[in-house]
Amino acid sequence: MLFLNDTRFRAAFYQFVAISAVLLAAWVMYRTASANLARQDIATGFGFLSRQAGIAISETSIAYGPTDTVARAILVGLINTIKVSFLAALFGTIIGVFVGIGRLSANPLLSRLMLAYVEVLRNVPLLLYLFLWYFLIILVFPPVRQAIQLFPGFFLSNSGLAVPSLEWHSGFELVLSALGLGIAAALVVRSVARRRRIASGQANAGWIVALILLILPVLAVWASGQVSLSWSAPEAGRFRLTGGLQIRPEFVALLVGLMLNLSASVAEIVRAGIQAVSKGQWEAAQALGLPRSRTLRLVVLPQALRVIVPPLTNTYLSVFKNSSLAIAIGYPDLVMVSNTIMNQTGQAMETIAIFMGIYLGLSVLISLFMNWYNARVALKTR
Amino acid sequence: MKRKFLALCAATAALMVGATAAQSATLDTVKARGKLICGVSLSTPGFAAADDKGRMQGFDADICRSIAAAVFGDPDKVDFVLTNINTRFQALQSGEIDVLSRQTTATFSRETSLGIDFGPTVFYDGQGLLVPKSLGVASAKELTDAAICTLPGTTTSQNLTDFFRTIGGKFELVVFESPDENRAAFYSGRCEAISSDRSDLASIRAVANNPDDYVLLPETISKEPLAPAVRQNDSNWRDIVSWSVWMLMAAEEKGITQANVDEMLKSEDPEVQRMLGGADELGKMLGLDNKWGYNVIKSVGNYAEVFDRNLGEKTKLGMTRGPNTQWNAGGLLYAPPVR
Repeated sequence: MLFLNDTRFRAAFYQFVAISAVLLAAWVMYRTASANLARQDIATGFGFLSRQAGIAISETSIAYGPTDTVARAILVGLINTIKVSFLAALFGTIIGVFVGIGRLSANPLLSRLMLAYVEVLRNVPLLLYLFLWYFLIILVFPPVRQAIQLFPGFFLSNSGLAVPSLEWHSGFELVLSALGLGIAAALVVRSVARRRRIASGQANAGWIVALILLILPVLAVWASGQVSLSWSAPEAGRFRLTGGLQIRPEFVALLVGLMLNLSASVAEIVRAGIQAVSKGQWEAAQALGLPRSRTLRLVVLPQALRVIVPPLTNTYLSVFKNSSLAIAIGYPDLVMVSNTIMNQTGQAMETIAIFMGIYLGLSVLISLFMNWYNARVALKTR
Repeated sequence: MKRKFLALCAATAALMVGATAAQSATLDTVKARGKLICGVSLSTPGFAAADDKGRMQGFDADICRSIAAAVFGDPDKVDFVLTNINTRFQALQSGEIDVLSRQTTATFSRETSLGIDFGPTVFYDGQGLLVPKSLGVASAKELTDAAICTLPGTTTSQNLTDFFRTIGGKFELVVFESPDENRAAFYSGRCEAISSDRSDLASIRAVANNPDDYVLLPETISKEPLAPAVRQNDSNWRDIVSWSVWMLMAAEEKGITQANVDEMLKSEDPEVQRMLGGADELGKMLGLDNKWGYNVIKSVGNYAEVFDRNLGEKTKLGMTRGPNTQWNAGGLLYAPPVR
């Protein structure tokens, strides 16, 4: 009876029982599922990943053809998911910050307008917005054979926007590494210059040096004559425009939908964050003679970030997960590609396990990154 | 606390064991339930779509009714479950439905790796392409570089990919989850062509604002034998489904219709007598009533009647029989002898 009366022992015991129960349930489920699948002669295992995929994917950021493996098709889907989520998070955050600040404006027209923006966007399910944007694009713009030419080489139609693009024949990796080198050098110079400026209290020409270092390697590679590239402009084929870069309506509708949805959440988070900074900070900055814009940028926003970052993590996670709504409007994201594969191979359990695993893994990575950033901006107590 | 956990575990385990044990013969389950549960398409006029009175109409739905008539003598003892294209096989595997009658193509890998068996082909279909007339295209081979709308998760995209690979062209595949978005994107001109089974394209064309603006290209780029499917390892149930279908075909061959089936009971033809339960005891061999064949024909008619009622030239779909005619008329319908 001695142990049972010990609260610490009891707490540990309950946790042990709880974890065992969860593990037991998972084990029983796994066993039952595999036994059932085996009894019904349903194929299992991950061997199908190395089979030929045999499907075409319209939007690919890496080289892919129908003869590539199923695993590569899934990778193409994953890259599409990451591409649209990243861009939506980036632009959505920028818009959201401005809208959030606008919400607090002293100008009643601006602040009401921003309020309406936020409410309209966050009170309607995202899926409906996706349909709205998609059907707006494909119904408002003309079919591709009657595409509107915005400028020479820029065509707008309900098959998306076609723009001229650069085509690399050689030296792409060279330019890329030169650019990387330039950025690294510029960052080092900038941080040295900054340390000197703080130590000496005097401005220096560090940023000019950094700028030169940034572009110098690229120019050097260029001058060496190892790079060759050409313009590829969209041209009217029999049915559609060929060549150039095609930005498809499915991608645009999804990007716009996710971005605007995210911007409304970010706006509210930013507004709350700014309001969480005490009024005294504004007044103190004013007393020192700082104008309003610099007060916001130098005094208020850095403090507001501490409040903003944790909820921001949630919105980034949700934009990543919401990107799976792509399937409704025909953008080939991870889920859509997996679904097609699931149907062709019939291996639903494995395919779902793969994409759930990928979503889980990447969500955890986003959380970890945001936690690291949160720790960086957190109030340092000494 | 601990007890609750244990109870929960026990309940979970019991639930799973229960699910395992519920794998008895399908016919017994159906009879005990008093109803057949049949998986059909979401909304495909001509194959399975509810009419304005809420009654399920269509070719696939009538296949379900013929099975219900064979089992119960009553074509209305059937519940229709709308199955999604991505989860139709799982619905069958899990026992949610007794038979899948949903424009499903019988293929090698489906039959071997999904734990299901296909019955006889009820409709010989093939994948085609529908384009607007204004495009001025006469052959699918001209569609290089075109955008083509399809539904996901079917063999459709793979067939298109194979087709364009053989002609050495490229195309842009645009895939939609829902048939409605798929059609809307095609009508709006987002895609130059829409691709699906020819039967389905007839249905898509039929619901367009002006069906005459669209033309079905002559190429059939794949073989799509549409067949009902049942769970594997239940031969008796598979026999019932197969012979209900073959009964429809045999009835057409023998000239038995919904209208003259009562007269035909007096027929001297020994095969007709066996089919309608006048001679021998074939029904018993399936575990059914001896009048099962009579019931099927009396309830839904023969194959020709089912086809004409749902897909034929007098319907909105306006399909010709094509390969779906009797073997002795140059078609592919060939029911084994009833003896």
